Amino acid sequence: MAQHHTPHPQKTHYQAIAMGVSFGGLHSLQTILPKLPATFPVPIMAVQHHDPNGDDFLARHLNSLCAVRVKVAEEKETATAGTVYLAPANYHLLVEDDHTLSLSSDEKVNFSRPSIDVLFESCADVYGESLIGVILTGANSDGSKGMQMIKEVGGLSVVQDPQTAEAATMPESAIAATEIDHILPLTEIAAFLLTIVNPAAKNTSKTNTSCDTL
Amino acid sequence: MDVPVTKRCAVTSRRETEKIEIQLLLEAIFLRYGYDFRQYSKAHIRRRIRRHLELSNMENISAMQHRLLTDYDFFQMLLYDLSINITEMFRNPSFYLVIRKHVVPVLATHPFIKIWHAGCATGEELYSMAILLKEEGLFSRLQFYGTDFNDLVLQKAKEGIIPAKAIQEYTRNYQQSGGTHSFSDYYTARYERALLAAELKKKMLFANHNLVVDQVFGEMQMIVCRNVLIYFGKELQDRVIRLFYDSLCRGGILCLGSRESLRFSSLHDSFKQLVETEQIYQKKY
Repeated sequence: MAQHHTPHPQKTHYQAIAMGVSFGGLHSLQTILPKLPATFPVPIMAVQHHDPNGDDFLARHLNSLCAVRVKVAEEKETATAGTVYLAPANYHLLVEDDHTLSLSSDEKVNFSRPSIDVLFESCADVYGESLIGVILTGANSDGSKGMQMIKEVGGLSVVQDPQTAEAATMPESAIAATEIDHILPLTEIAAFLLTIVNPAAKNTSKTNTSCDTL
Repeated sequence: MDVPVTKRCAVTSRRETEKIEIQLLLEAIFLRYGYDFRQYSKAHIRRRIRRHLELSNMENISAMQHRLLTDYDFFQMLLYDLSINITEMFRNPSFYLVIRKHVVPVLATHPFIKIWHAGCATGEELYSMAILLKEEGLFSRLQFYGTDFNDLVLQKAKEGIIPAKAIQEYTRNYQQSGGTHSFSDYYTARYERALLAAELKKKMLFANHNLVVDQVFGEMQMIVCRNVLIYFGKELQDRVIRLFYDSLCRGGILCLGSRESLRFSSLHDSFKQLVETEQIYQKKY
């Protein structure tokens, strides 16, 4: 599990972040999200496992702490930069090809609804190599399969260092499941994301041209 | 660590191929059987088809397409997987509490109460509503219509059998939803299954109806359609809301899922939201 220090210079710039977090998630999200500026250039779609009857407290709470906008995802709204969309309790969150959000009350996956795997799979379909997947603390293995899919389409994988996680199972499971590009301590994740989605990176990005020949 | 360019393109091309295959599959279903999934959420359809492909042992989506064109049973199985059949009794107890408090008084003003559960799946929510309205003293005036496009689930809805292992959860839901009796009054448990009370079924009719293509079939005092519209594109949502509007009497009630709303409907202003905390609307007089 090598840890790369800089994004690959040929990488196209990133368009979205998909984030999965479970047990201990409030602390992780409170550590990362308040460090992001209102001008954060990509949307973040996040699944946090929580009480199926829970209300929108988490979103309101985080929103009051953050410069980025934090809200519960509504069906058919367009994923917009500078916004964190949390999957509502009891619904899976998916992204459509036109970057609008969809909800589903489909069966649970990994005993979870919302499920991180479901979000990651649909984000991988839509954003491909322009996607960053982030797995944070958690006590189950949801998200591992999704992270595998993100790697398959050429996206970037980031996992919270299990040693800094309140529950290590979820990051460890993701690390075991696929190649992880960056394993980072909790306190460094926000700074890393800021660097890697920096609009300046757009200028250096070069889209793959040999695709036409396939 | 980056995926090599050639591999990346192969992946991109595989995803493009899949998109085309899915589009063709939906077209084939529509042409052959008249079921129209072309305006459904693509992310949802893609997930369901992938899952079905995994379970079916077929090589690819194109192979599925050929099979379903010639094999009706195979199509039925796919149809079952394309619909969401996840439901439970008294799901979201807070919804039923609001029905008791704010909707029952409205329904009580009608001499006859016709209620349409659109997309009722295996009927658990319909039975829940029947129990609730029985406890509220409206039972003799009721007629329920349960519809779904899926005959397999409708058959189950008619039978009214629930798994015994779900009873604990349903009992808890029932209590939280303001139930005034004992949930055990409404079923007979036998081995792994429980049969819901025959009395409840007397008020129910089940029929195949597809919101995407079918029309109004009667004037309703209430329509319940929860967690169905989220799978539809905006235009299809608008069509279905219009269908509901045309089916409701003046002052009739429309109940949607907790994350659904009328905001994409051109008829948005023809309804008023009855309670702020739930997606329960009343057609304006």
